[in-house]
Amino acid sequence: MTVKIPTPSAPPSPHEAVKEASMLKQKEMIARNYELLTGTAENGRKVVSTFVPGNLNELVMCFDMLNNLPEINAIQNGMKKLSGGYIEEAEKRGHSEDVCTYVKADLGMMAKGNLAPNGKPLPRPDLLLLSYTGCFTFMKWFELLREQYKCPTVMLHVPYQGDGHATQNMRDYIVKQLKDEVIPALERASGVKFDIDRLREYLRESARAEDDLVRVLESAKRKPSPIDAYFGGVFYIGPIFTAFRGTPDATEYYRLLRAEVDERVRRGLGPVTPEGDMKSQRYRLVVEGPPNWTSFREFWKMFYDEGAVVVASSYTKVGGLYDRGFRHDPDHPLESLADYCLGVYTNHNLPQRVALLEQYMREYEADGLLINSIKSCNSFSAGQLMIMREIEKRTGKPGAFIETDLVDPRYFSAANVKNRLESYFQMIDQKRQTATAA
Amino acid sequence: MIDTNKTTAAIVARCQELFDDLEFGSAREWKEAGPNRRVVAYMPIYVPRELIHAAGMLPLGILGGGENLEVIHGDAYYQSYICRIPRSTLELGVTGRLDFVDGFLFPSICDVIRNLSGIWKLLFPKVYVRYFDVPQNFDDEIGGRYYVQELTELREGLERLGGVRVTDEALRASTALYNENRRLIRELYAVRAEAPWLAPTSEVYLLLRAGMVLPVEEHSQLLRDYLAAVRAAPRPRRDNCRVVLNGVFCEQPPLNLIKAIEMSGCYVVDDDFTLVNRWLLDDVPLAGDPLRNLASAFLHRSAETSAKYQPDEAKKGKFLVDSVRSNGAEGVIFAAPSFCDPALLDRPMLESALDRVDVPHIGFKYAENSAQMQPVREQAGTFADSIKLWSAP
Ligand code: SF4
Ligand code: SF4
Repeated sequence: MTVKIPTPSAPPSPHEAVKEASMLKQKEMIARNYELLTGTAENGRKVVSTFVPGNLNELVMCFDMLNNLPEINAIQNGMKKLSGGYIEEAEKRGHSEDVCTYVKADLGMMAKGNLAPNGKPLPRPDLLLLSYTGCFTFMKWFELLREQYKCPTVMLHVPYQGDGHATQNMRDYIVKQLKDEVIPALERASGVKFDIDRLREYLRESARAEDDLVRVLESAKRKPSPIDAYFGGVFYIGPIFTAFRGTPDATEYYRLLRAEVDERVRRGLGPVTPEGDMKSQRYRLVVEGPPNWTSFREFWKMFYDEGAVVVASSYTKVGGLYDRGFRHDPDHPLESLADYCLGVYTNHNLPQRVALLEQYMREYEADGLLINSIKSCNSFSAGQLMIMREIEKRTGKPGAFIETDLVDPRYFSAANVKNRLESYFQMIDQKRQTATAA
Repeated sequence: MIDTNKTTAAIVARCQELFDDLEFGSAREWKEAGPNRRVVAYMPIYVPRELIHAAGMLPLGILGGGENLEVIHGDAYYQSYICRIPRSTLELGVTGRLDFVDGFLFPSICDVIRNLSGIWKLLFPKVYVRYFDVPQNFDDEIGGRYYVQELTELREGLERLGGVRVTDEALRASTALYNENRRLIRELYAVRAEAPWLAPTSEVYLLLRAGMVLPVEEHSQLLRDYLAAVRAAPRPRRDNCRVVLNGVFCEQPPLNLIKAIEMSGCYVVDDDFTLVNRWLLDDVPLAGDPLRNLASAFLHRSAETSAKYQPDEAKKGKFLVDSVRSNGAEGVIFAAPSFCDPALLDRPMLESALDRVDVPHIGFKYAENSAQMQPVREQAGTFADSIKLWSAP
């Protein structure tokens, strides 16, 4: 594959090609991973299923295992508009309409052949690694999967930062679980002996990519912002939050991405949208909560059509708060994995979440906080109205609240969301006028 | 001569009064009865109340606002698709009904209660708020070690709150009192399983609820009195079927729902109401390090529920099947709060476990303020009839 990399001598219209460089790279990485996952009968690779927040990708790689993330499959199915059918299938089989739709999309997909995006069936996992971080539902989800697969399951319990910080006891507990339970389970499932130096190597690689990701995310402090930190952000976090962190591929992806963003900054361009470069930036927003996947494009369009750019988001921190300084540390490998698990956004308590969003509002000079409240997700959603009040109180900037779901199309009402957004943008305008008048 | 204060009716009336009192008058009185008294509230499912007691404080169980609390402010904090218990609990808080509470423990049961701990921190900064995380790893050297340290931190937190020292001696004495309380509750459950017509669940439930607000010594006495009273006053036996009720461990069903189940022809012979009362399955040893003993009881001898990981797939749901068998139940009624991920995600797995051994079951949802009992009565009534039909010779 040829990928054009921007150089100062390669204008005049590099940005389409530039955009393609990182996007093509990511697309190719994902496709390759699904090929590997669906080709285990031939390639003999073993598979571990685990969750995105606080995942142990570098550790998994030490055992030559492939990493299958059910949330990512659910997202893929959501974007392809398959999730609605899967959810209905799960509900037909007795799952309540009230519970998290990621779980039901996954169980429904299994019931309907467990097909990966490449159309081939996903393999049965050799190990379910229940990384219990930041979400109660994870535990039930993997108990449900275990019931179907009857495969070995190992739990990594990550305590919650209830008092707003991680304690040494929490770290020790995680490290001990890694040493005494998780690593032996991975050894058993893979037949590969653990080599801590291999882990160090992967962690070193992770840290390189993490530096570049931070640079990309923080570029949104500029005006105009060269990126959309939510709708674009979800693509930028893809490799580092999933099966690629710690690989040279991920490092390369972030190097490309960073070069592209730097180039956009140099040229004074706004974010790339599905309809080309975003021209005017009238509203700078911080967004809390995951996006809706089933109408992702339509949702995004409601923003860029109005000149609203997201400059920071909490969802892009569910796989780690790299922008607050966390880096995987090869000198303290297991401790660093523990800190990583402890530090993901959904493992932060509510006052910490408020404080982070408040910082984003100020650092990114945002006009307001928009909350996309997800019906499925108690971990994110329970308490978001309180978060909104606090941010409004502390920053004096208006907040807005919309309700959708991740992958259940029944809970995305385009007309409602659009109306809500339009009145919100008007509210921001009014606030501005009042401020100018004063 | 019969002590009229100790008849079943009088005891139940007292419990009902405590249950209805959304101002928590008895806990307030307890606090006012001495200088520097502290009250530490807690939510479902489990906190080690021994520690609070050993600090000279009153543990106060908060299980939401129930069917009679009008929720006005609480709804402004929660979306419609979140269960009701956090909003009614907040309602209790913001209306000043919990203004005498000095500390509040939020156990790790689900993300709603977890996040409520943060809301409480923001709204009530003077209250000692702790998210009480328990291990999901049940190895003494891993989860045990972690849990002992968590208990130590809780102990230190309570010491700071009360300006007291929580000695091992005091902890042993409190553990003994709670052991006795748990023994009495086990006895009550055994009596009900044996002869459910003697101790109807609507009464048993009120007795359990009294344990949320009374000092343990007083509650144990109440349990003793009730047990003596039911044994002394036989009641007629009905032709009811015997069921286990599951899923009611957090947000509570309205009392009328419990009555509706009973009136429709079901004797409830086991349930998961107020699990804190029965969380530890046998006496916690008194000799040795009291925190280690509590930890060990938690790891190896505690109840099973959705919020606790079951490491062994083969054992998933076994506790429910065992309960059906040991209590001679003929079916299971799953009742879960609407939008309750823990109960509703667990239910299909528990249903499979029951299906494997041919135990019939039904399920429905409720909210703590559900008013319509007709559907419950009909569903439970049909269930009871069908059980009777199957079991007819
Ligand atoms: S509840 Fe939220 S964090 Fe948990 S699995 Fe569902 S969407 Fe993910
Ligand atoms: S009722 Fe269920 S979802 Fe609601 S707080 Fe309790 S356990 Fe959590």
